[in-house]
Amino acid sequence: MNGVFLQLFQNVLIVLLAPLLVGWVNQCRAWLQNRSGAGVLQPYRKLIKLFNKDAVLAHNASPLFRFTPYILFVSMWLAASLVPVIATDLPLSPAVDVIALVGIFALARVFISLAAMDIGTSFGTLGARREMLVGFLAEPALLMVFFTAALISQSTSLVTIVETLAHKQFVIYPSLAFAAIAFVMVLLAENARIPVDNPSTHLELTMIHEAMILEYSARHLAMIEWASALKLFAYTTIGFSLFMPWGIAAAGKPDSIPLALGALLLKLVVAGAGLALLETVSAKMRIFRVPEFMGTAFLLAVLGMLIHFLLGN
Amino acid sequence: MNNFSGQLINLFAALVLLIAFAMLAQRRVLALINLFAMQGLVLAASTTLVAFSSNQHHLYYSAALTLLLKVLFLPWILHRLIRKLNVKWDIETLFNIPTTMLIGIVLVVFAFNLAGPISEMAGTITKSTLGIAIASVLLAFLMMITRSKAVPQVIGFLAMENGLFFAAITATYGMPMVVELGIALDVLVGMFIMGIFFFQIRATFDSLELKHMENLKED
Repeated sequence: MNGVFLQLFQNVLIVLLAPLLVGWVNQCRAWLQNRSGAGVLQPYRKLIKLFNKDAVLAHNASPLFRFTPYILFVSMWLAASLVPVIATDLPLSPAVDVIALVGIFALARVFISLAAMDIGTSFGTLGARREMLVGFLAEPALLMVFFTAALISQSTSLVTIVETLAHKQFVIYPSLAFAAIAFVMVLLAENARIPVDNPSTHLELTMIHEAMILEYSARHLAMIEWASALKLFAYTTIGFSLFMPWGIAAAGKPDSIPLALGALLLKLVVAGAGLALLETVSAKMRIFRVPEFMGTAFLLAVLGMLIHFLLGN
Repeated sequence: MNNFSGQLINLFAALVLLIAFAMLAQRRVLALINLFAMQGLVLAASTTLVAFSSNQHHLYYSAALTLLLKVLFLPWILHRLIRKLNVKWDIETLFNIPTTMLIGIVLVVFAFNLAGPISEMAGTITKSTLGIAIASVLLAFLMMITRSKAVPQVIGFLAMENGLFFAAITATYGMPMVVELGIALDVLVGMFIMGIFFFQIRATFDSLELKHMENLKED
């Protein structure tokens, strides 16, 4: 019963907190670029504005186009709620392991790409193709990162991984250093962040994610934006649980949840600022450089696995 | 305590390998030199740690020597050189970085397999890092093969020496002091000679591309 309550609390928390993370990243970017910024609450304002508008649909839009935003939102919410964020004894967490998590991300990717091609505009098709290019390179890298972490805890379940890393004796795992770098590269690519894609541009030559959602408006767009925020949140918390799970509440210890919540917020603040810094110091790369970038991520993750086998202890 | 420093040494070893890969993929000469200095720094730190955890006092001297030579002096010379040669912002067109990295991974697997039986017999605290040392030697070698310009090749050569030094430390807690000093002097003198060579090469061929040197006759 306690666990169900905790799961509900976490689900509500992440769905409300996700736009705040995006707002914080944007605010940090603004500060780093000597702008005053729109404030951390701007994503909420944008969502409210979009929900209050009337949706415009193309004449030839199929039902797929209409229900894709909801599929996207639900799958991202599901993915984010499967990650142990504040406590490890969540009833949903044992349901899937990290491989299924990658599958959920893939499901969302397939649907948004189909919806982008549905209308038949050239931009949508272009964006969908680019998204698929990035996605099929990012996915194996992400899986390899998960396998590196899974090798340490001998389990692909995210809860077990977190338990092993957070609550056992502190050990330095050099393999995780490689996996962490690879994971950050995947995070940047999957969340349409700067070296791969620029979330704040509508320049037709460079956009990937924005090209796919160009035809969406009002509540559909709001759902997609929210889903993107949830995706960033999910990736960030996956990163936390793999590489810095300290502070998370152990199973059956509800009194350490306030502490875990504080640790989570602190980590989010630091990670958001770090992401903004990373985006500010790096330049957007050519689309044809992306395979190289993702190949490097994949190789780093493989290297992490090799290091684990060499130094294995 | 010993266990913890062993883990730290493993982490530093992994960093050496990581930097070796970064050098393999780096296009800019300037960044390459900085990476080389960083590798020297990690090397010096891990040497100090090995010295601390195994009570081998002469290793402290090696660490100091590494710090002086490979972190401060050689990068400084290289920085001066590329400024004088006017190649500071040079970008090398590398062919197909992912392929090079893939070959690098194969080399790493090879090195790890090679080092496996050796490190099982070794009794040193650093025994498992021998594979990484061999791998970084091979990676530096690969870097020398794939580069076409003179300065990156020399950096590859120096990185190879880094790897050899690391191998010596991990396998046998360093070489005798005389040998180490001799190698340091060799590297230093080699660096000077190559520095002079750079100017000669450029004066003769108008560029630092080494493929010009493959022709026997001038035409």
